[in-house]
Amino acid sequence: MTTMAARQKPAPGAHAIQIDSLRVAFGDFVAIPHLTFIARYGEVHGVIGPNGAGKTTMLDVITGKTKPKKGTVRLDGTIDLLGLDEPTIALAGVGRKFQKPSVFEALSVRENLETALRLKPRSILAELRNWGDPRRVARVGEVLNEIGLNDQADLSAGSLAHGQKQWLEIGMLLMQKPKLLMLDEPVAGMTEEETRHTADLVQRLRSPERAVLVIEHDMGFVEEIADRVTVLHEGNPIFEGQMEDARQDAQVRAVYLGR
Amino acid sequence: MAHDQTAARVDRPLLFRIVAGTLFVLLVSLPVLGGPLSGSSAGVSPYVANIIGQIATFALLALALDLIWGFGGILSLGHGLFFAMGGYLIAMHMLKSGYVYGGVTPDIMTFMGWSELPSYWALFESFPYVMLLILVVPGILAFVYGYVSFRSRVSGVYFAIITQALTYVAMLLMFRNDTGFGGNNGMTGFTTLVGIDIGAPSMVVGLATTSVLVLLVAFLACGALMRSPFGRLLIAIRDDEARLRFLGYDTLWPKLAVWCLSGVLAAIAGALYVPQVGIINPRLLSPEVSIEIAVWVALGGRGALSGAVIGAAIISALKFWLTGFVPELWPFILAGVILLVVTLLPNGLLDLKLTFLRRASTRKASARPAE
Repeated sequence: MTTMAARQKPAPGAHAIQIDSLRVAFGDFVAIPHLTFIARYGEVHGVIGPNGAGKTTMLDVITGKTKPKKGTVRLDGTIDLLGLDEPTIALAGVGRKFQKPSVFEALSVRENLETALRLKPRSILAELRNWGDPRRVARVGEVLNEIGLNDQADLSAGSLAHGQKQWLEIGMLLMQKPKLLMLDEPVAGMTEEETRHTADLVQRLRSPERAVLVIEHDMGFVEEIADRVTVLHEGNPIFEGQMEDARQDAQVRAVYLGR
Repeated sequence: MAHDQTAARVDRPLLFRIVAGTLFVLLVSLPVLGGPLSGSSAGVSPYVANIIGQIATFALLALALDLIWGFGGILSLGHGLFFAMGGYLIAMHMLKSGYVYGGVTPDIMTFMGWSELPSYWALFESFPYVMLLILVVPGILAFVYGYVSFRSRVSGVYFAIITQALTYVAMLLMFRNDTGFGGNNGMTGFTTLVGIDIGAPSMVVGLATTSVLVLLVAFLACGALMRSPFGRLLIAIRDDEARLRFLGYDTLWPKLAVWCLSGVLAAIAGALYVPQVGIINPRLLSPEVSIEIAVWVALGGRGALSGAVIGAAIISALKFWLTGFVPELWPFILAGVILLVVTLLPNGLLDLKLTFLRRASTRKASARPAE
């Protein structure tokens, strides 16, 4: 498992996550009948679709929260994620931001970030003993700059504004330098100002060593940030390509825009 | 919002120091006031010393619950189980050593019709062996129970209900005579502990002082632990366990560690309590007792160790005082305290202090421009 250790640079366009023949059902309800999906390194990939399209279910499968009936999910082309539990998948390099801001409210912004870094992925005890590691301090400084919360570093996370909490949570995921960063509706409930700030932040997250997956309802936001979009409908991808082409696509217009 | 601007949450440092200081003063003065000065007007009678000692064990029990509830966010409504375990173990030691060394036949042998103590009482005359058991037996029970529950992700109110049910089952079990721990009558008639007459004033004061000492040490140690990265991890579990799991922490182990620590601390409290009251019976396992422990912590303030100690001290002191003349009113008073906390003070007495301070500071702020 690599967390911060030096890893080989992936080739441009290499598959960060590859989902094949995925089927997810809850009892009789089939959430995803047959899904094939690829997210590439260096790209910001938007996933849109109406409610119940299977967007969040897809994230649940990738992060180990939901077990599929069949299919494969591979990280980095090699690591089979199915069968691993959530902490192990996270340590393998998958970061997920929840829809609702999820931060440790009673801890300070700095402590939230410190907690998010696993330098000793094999043992929590070793991690706790190694808390004062200079690498942790340095990484917290970098991420504070990246998410623009330097001035709030010692405030409790609970006292932050909604948008700031979302950025903090993104920062917590960045601590581990994930290969795949997944954001579930990052701008829901944000003001225009906050949405613009978040778009800037996501643009800066684009890196040759990372794939960014953004699930969103706000099509304007997706258009601004995404290199590629996938439109899901009832668990099936009905379109993949540029956002402007998606707007023109007859099937997308029919199911998603209701026209 | 109850959140402070700066993230100071383990405790209010000043309050923590006040409680630690008070305990320290009690620790050094109790042997003097209860010993040489006992008869004088400034002295402390064995009766008062005994009450102080009992309250100290309650405070230790509250501290144990605050570790898991206030920091880990895991509510137990069954901490009476661990408390009673410590109590039964020390009671067995006192009866056995009285029998072996003092030749006193315990009542339990008479009413159970035993001619000899059963095999599981073996070695119970040994003080070090029983001390070890007081740490190990509740620790093992906590481990098994915690492992099964946390592994299958039982949490929140379900976990609380199961702890309560388990304690209730233990009570029914211990009420049976055939279980072999004295049934309904429990155990009483203790004569000596570590070779000293249990009723001697020096023993009473000694037990009370020991209780205060153990409480002080536990208070300082838990404070240090909760301020350490481990404490931060617990707070993270309380605030958002799913987030922590998705950051790569298997939360099972830190939860299990603090759960076991809490169980063992509660057992130590029970082992200090029973020699001071001279009796143990299954009523200690009743739901009311375990709920009352949660009320102490809720009143004092969850997530602040000094709050747990203060809450336990206030409510149990009140109980000692009121049950002296209006025992029938106690359940109503306790219910009133619960209502007060639930409706007005979600963080217990700490809220009171905050509200008070905030009011004082706004007054100061509004006064300033006028100057």
